[in-house]
Amino acid sequence: MLFDLSDVSLVRGDRRVLDSVSAAIPAGATAIVGPSGAGKSTLLRLLNRLADPDRGKISYRARPLDEYEPMALRREVSLVPQQPALLEGTVESNLRYAADLAGRELDGAHCLGLAGLEPGFADRDVAKLSVGEQQRAMLARALAQEPAVLLLDEPTSALDHAARDAIEATLAKLRRELEISVVLVSHDPEQARRLGDWVVRLQDGRAIESGPVAELMI
Amino acid sequence: MSTSIHLSAGQVAASLALVALAAAISYWQKADLERDIGVATVRSFVQLTAIGYAIKLIFEADTLWLVFGLLAVMVVFGAFTARSRAKKVPGALWPLLIALATAGATTLGLVVALGVFEPTARYLVPVGGMVIGNAMTASAVALNRLGDEMADSRGKIEATLALGATAQEAAAPFVRRALRSGMITLVDSTKTTGLIFFPGTMVGMLLAGASPTDAVRLQLILLYALLGSVAIAGLIATALAYRNFFTPAQQLREPGA
Repeated sequence: MLFDLSDVSLVRGDRRVLDSVSAAIPAGATAIVGPSGAGKSTLLRLLNRLADPDRGKISYRARPLDEYEPMALRREVSLVPQQPALLEGTVESNLRYAADLAGRELDGAHCLGLAGLEPGFADRDVAKLSVGEQQRAMLARALAQEPAVLLLDEPTSALDHAARDAIEATLAKLRRELEISVVLVSHDPEQARRLGDWVVRLQDGRAIESGPVAELMI
Repeated sequence: MSTSIHLSAGQVAASLALVALAAAISYWQKADLERDIGVATVRSFVQLTAIGYAIKLIFEADTLWLVFGLLAVMVVFGAFTARSRAKKVPGALWPLLIALATAGATTLGLVVALGVFEPTARYLVPVGGMVIGNAMTASAVALNRLGDEMADSRGKIEATLALGATAQEAAAPFVRRALRSGMITLVDSTKTTGLIFFPGTMVGMLLAGASPTDAVRLQLILLYALLGSVAIAGLIATALAYRNFFTPAQQLREPGA
């Protein structure tokens, strides 16, 4: 298993955001689905230690997550947040920043291509990109680190249908071309069906079912 | 520097007319500062009168231990005052205490070591007060800005952490802006000094009858010393305080946690 969650709980204020979640996430593409406020994004943040659970255990490749050095883990398990949050400067400077952190040689045109952006985007000021282009630049930036796992938080939530289809096509292409696992948060069961092999369904902070998409999603 | 002027309590009382004018403007414009103006006026009277007597005692005792004691009290009060302007920064008191103490010690140590001032109460007390006061203002502004920047940029900071950046790397642009805003006021006022406004020390010396050359020289020394002290204080306060926004596992703490 890629990730194993055992009895994971997390409380914020007086709200139990995650409540005794136990689930397995295999290599490949997993969709975490559920309504708004189910705890999907919080669960994703736990997987690369942007937060730690109050209770329970998470392991990555059969090793407890808290045994990993957080920075090294995050370069291997890269999270792309829901809201685009690029650093000031050009797309290229963002890609270079990420590649340098991971100690990778940057092939900017390749990363942009994987994310569905033309090479000419490298010199564009991130402040002048559309939201869809920013989402793609965020994806390209994560790919510049050559991660083993991509954690995507609602990657198409801010996009119209055409842009959503384009990002989904990009993700399908990524799966074909790179040996990369994807854990994707989505509130849209259709999207989970299109992109995932495995699904974890959350409701009110609890994992109510998990298994192969073909079996669980009607 | 031997000249001095003597002012009566009546003359001080007469200057309260300007305070009344300030309160009237605040009332008229609904700025809601009348109470603050009143508190500021009373506090300035009580504090300055008390410190006046304290300084008199310290000058007469002529021992450096009392000077250091007074400066330490200023650092503590300064840190508490600055903390009230940095409410969004968790655990701001220690960074401020260290920042003000280091700025005061380094600046006074340097001006004494370079032979600018003698290490006596007559120089160390007023210069120390100015240095610590300006360091307090600069670090309060810097931490206030840091708190706003960190609150407004949580998404950006987490996205950078998510790439495997350290807390220091993720916070660097915001720490830099905070330091800049702490220093910029004094830098700008130093640029325009003599053109747009006359600084307090120079005005005081001229009023007390000193020669303009002496007044200018002393003012320049103080301005340069203050530039150094606000830089030291701003740097230390921001460099220590940003850490309190993060956990040891390089995670951004929840607000209020």
